[in-house]
Amino acid sequence: MSRLVFSRKPARFAAARLAGTLMPGRGASVGPLSLEPDETLPLPSPEWLRLRPRLAGICGSDLATVDGTASAYFDPLVSYPFTPGHEVVADVVGTDRRVVVVPVLSCITRGISPVCHACEHGHIHLCERVAFGHIEPGLQTGFCESTGGGWSHEMLAHPSQLVDVPADLSDEAAVMVEPMACAVHAAQRYTGKETVIIGAGTLGLLTLAAITATRDRERTGPVVVTARYPDQKRLAKELGADVVCSTDELPRWVRSATGSLVFGDQLTCGAPHVIDCVGSSESLQQSLQVVAPGGEVQVVGMPGNVHLELTSLWHRETAIRGCYAYRRPDFDTALELVRRFDLGRLVSATYSLKDYTDAIGHAAHAGRRGAVKIAFDMRSN
Amino acid sequence: MPRPGFVHEVDRSTPPVLFWRGENFSLEKLPVGRSRVIYPPEPLPAIKDIDGAIRHALLNPHDQDPLPALLFPGMKLTIAFDDVSLPLPKMRRPDIRQRVIEAVLDLVAAAGVDDVHIIAALGLHRRMHEYELRHALGDRVYDAFHPRGMLYQHDAEDHDNLTIIGTTDHGEVLEINKRAADSDLVIYVNINSVSMDGGWKSITTGLASYRCLSHHHTGETLQNTKSLMGHREHSALHKSIWRLGKVLRDHGPKLFQIESTLNTDMFPEQFSFINKREWEWTAKDRATYLGVTKGLNMLPVKARRKMFHDIQSPHQMTSVQAGETSAVHEITLAKVFEQQLVPVEGQTDILTLGIPFVSPYNPDSVMNPVLVMCMGLGYLFNMYRNKPLVREGGVIIMTHPTYRDFNPVHHPSYIDFFEQVLTDTTDPVVMGQKWEKQYAEDEWYRHLYRTGNAYHGVHPFYAWYWGAHGQQHAGKVIIVGGDAPTVRRLGFTPASTMDDAFEIASDVVGRTPTISHLHVPSLLVADVQ
Ligand SMILES: [Zn+2]
Repeated sequence: MSRLVFSRKPARFAAARLAGTLMPGRGASVGPLSLEPDETLPLPSPEWLRLRPRLAGICGSDLATVDGTASAYFDPLVSYPFTPGHEVVADVVGTDRRVVVVPVLSCITRGISPVCHACEHGHIHLCERVAFGHIEPGLQTGFCESTGGGWSHEMLAHPSQLVDVPADLSDEAAVMVEPMACAVHAAQRYTGKETVIIGAGTLGLLTLAAITATRDRERTGPVVVTARYPDQKRLAKELGADVVCSTDELPRWVRSATGSLVFGDQLTCGAPHVIDCVGSSESLQQSLQVVAPGGEVQVVGMPGNVHLELTSLWHRETAIRGCYAYRRPDFDTALELVRRFDLGRLVSATYSLKDYTDAIGHAAHAGRRGAVKIAFDMRSN
Repeated sequence: MPRPGFVHEVDRSTPPVLFWRGENFSLEKLPVGRSRVIYPPEPLPAIKDIDGAIRHALLNPHDQDPLPALLFPGMKLTIAFDDVSLPLPKMRRPDIRQRVIEAVLDLVAAAGVDDVHIIAALGLHRRMHEYELRHALGDRVYDAFHPRGMLYQHDAEDHDNLTIIGTTDHGEVLEINKRAADSDLVIYVNINSVSMDGGWKSITTGLASYRCLSHHHTGETLQNTKSLMGHREHSALHKSIWRLGKVLRDHGPKLFQIESTLNTDMFPEQFSFINKREWEWTAKDRATYLGVTKGLNMLPVKARRKMFHDIQSPHQMTSVQAGETSAVHEITLAKVFEQQLVPVEGQTDILTLGIPFVSPYNPDSVMNPVLVMCMGLGYLFNMYRNKPLVREGGVIIMTHPTYRDFNPVHHPSYIDFFEQVLTDTTDPVVMGQKWEKQYAEDEWYRHLYRTGNAYHGVHPFYAWYWGAHGQQHAGKVIIVGGDAPTVRRLGFTPASTMDDAFEIASDVVGRTPTISHLHVPSLLVADVQ
């Protein structure tokens, strides 16, 4: 029984950042991640439960952490050493419950009473006490020393964090529920008008599926998705994109779809809603190029330090708006959508914990290698 | 005495045959015993006294009064001329259009006519650049008329300056340039490079609106145009145009059509090998070929493109005739066929075509993939009379690099067409119903067509429709040496070598197919018996 541990070792951080910058995912082999024996964590309070992870996904924020390219912003929101893994399907020890974890650590999990204004209204992702309380700092399970994380054989969770998995849903489908909940949250701002989704990795595809699920609502403009690789293009079509194109084709598609004229590189019209599932300088700049005057760029992919030319944002009164996590009910919707779109098929490969270097390398180049979601599989031992 | 066209049966002694490959050439070995190469006739001699011949035509028209008798002071006169889409390559100065228009203007001045407009009859083509207008018309005409706003280009989207002349018995509305319609006389100055052009097509397309063109520029019409270059009665396109021509004749302005034909002396001395039959190449021709292709291989594509588009062709006038449109056009067609017709016995299983660097829609521009289709299936496939050179269900093999490259100034809607329409369908009828309207009415394309140098938004559809019959006729189309994803986007099959292409074709035509190679350049129309 083992777990992956991310420790604070400045020299190895630096090495990971260098390696990760040169080649995404390379940080795993040189960075502060290591395989260690499992250790029994103390329960923060008696109501907490022990879980045995079955599958745990690798997501973009995990990769950024492993590669040391995540923003310094997160430093106070993380406690070391921690076990990563927040996309988790697990068994609850001593029960026959199989659950998906809601990793956001809100007031109630931190033992804060009364809970903050946001948590009181169910907006756990906007918690105002995000790093305080009786557990160590941690944005989510998987970034917190006290809770452990999914890349292990044992972790802890507060009962409020558990969502039961229906018996007919596979572990592969269940491990997609947490990212799907993010997508459900993002899709809540869908307007029915012209919509652009930049990027067709996990987040882009799931956001697309979540939007497609609202198709029963009136849809007056196409949903345009940019994708780089053939498998991404195929999946985007399957999941309901009206148009799938490459990044360089995007401005032309949006131009013709919106009857736009052009000045310089800027469309005069544009899509009222652009969902950036990449979060890079390039993707955000392109979002501003194709968003309609007065429209909104929703940043779903985690950006770090980016460089942007914002004159058009000022001139066209466009907005850039973040999009983080979900509320608890989004998991119920996510469960349903994962089943409806058979999203367990997006789990392209699983690895045992000891093969973590390969696993992270695969996840970092998932698109190019025809994959979507890479996960650790703890079921065999 | 120029030799007539010639069908050469490939035998063991036949050297490899020249193919265009965009901005380059290749020599390809064709299978012995079942291949034939169709060589164009050698260039006819040009008229010695060209200006004298033009003047003679203006004074001795067919079924029409001499031009001076049609001119009177105070009249409104419009001179329209064929645009930059021909001749290809551009001819050495002075261009025929300049010579004809200068001769006309001499008579016009003598008659005391001063309300004269000169209009480029470009239909939905791109507006000509100033250097192109100067090349076609000469500096004297350009400088005298352009600054005064009396030399300009037809605008098929300027609805204030379009007029409906009437409607055919098939419900086709003839809508043309208002200035021309309101004129006391319209003189049309044509150069007839291929038999498809000229006659009633000159004004009813060159000065028409999109609405007018959309009657016959459709996938269905072009699928039913079984003889684009041959017999008019087998061309749905020309039947429609001739109906519109009747409306023009009966209800439109008085017309004076001037048509001219060119010989096929298309390439200057440094490309001497192009015009020759390969087994007649001298040591010098072979050396020239090697030097040219080697030099081309070392140049980036942009430099090669510039070199080819800078070519000034020595081709020259073989006839000029003026007068009533139908009468003039019949003489023109006879002259075109005299230069281009080659009798050929029967069809073959395969037709091979070398696709050059230029088509009528990319003078001084990029031969984009849509134009490769148009040039191969729309133009070269159609260079026949009676029957196509390839049997129905046979295979067409073309050689061209088919790069995914576009000129964004000239062909903006082509880029979108390639990315949006061709990823959806390659069926001309389906795309016409599903996509054409959006492109035709796109405000941005309209703006670029009217104020820049862009083809009309709908033009890529027309280019595609041009190949509709060839596309339907062929069982398979293969492009040798093209960018594979781009070739597939066109609905064709990529092959890396000619041998691979024959291998791929064997699925359709078996192991021992018969093969025709259309030897371009120059131009020829195969009269297939
Ligand atoms: Zn809170």
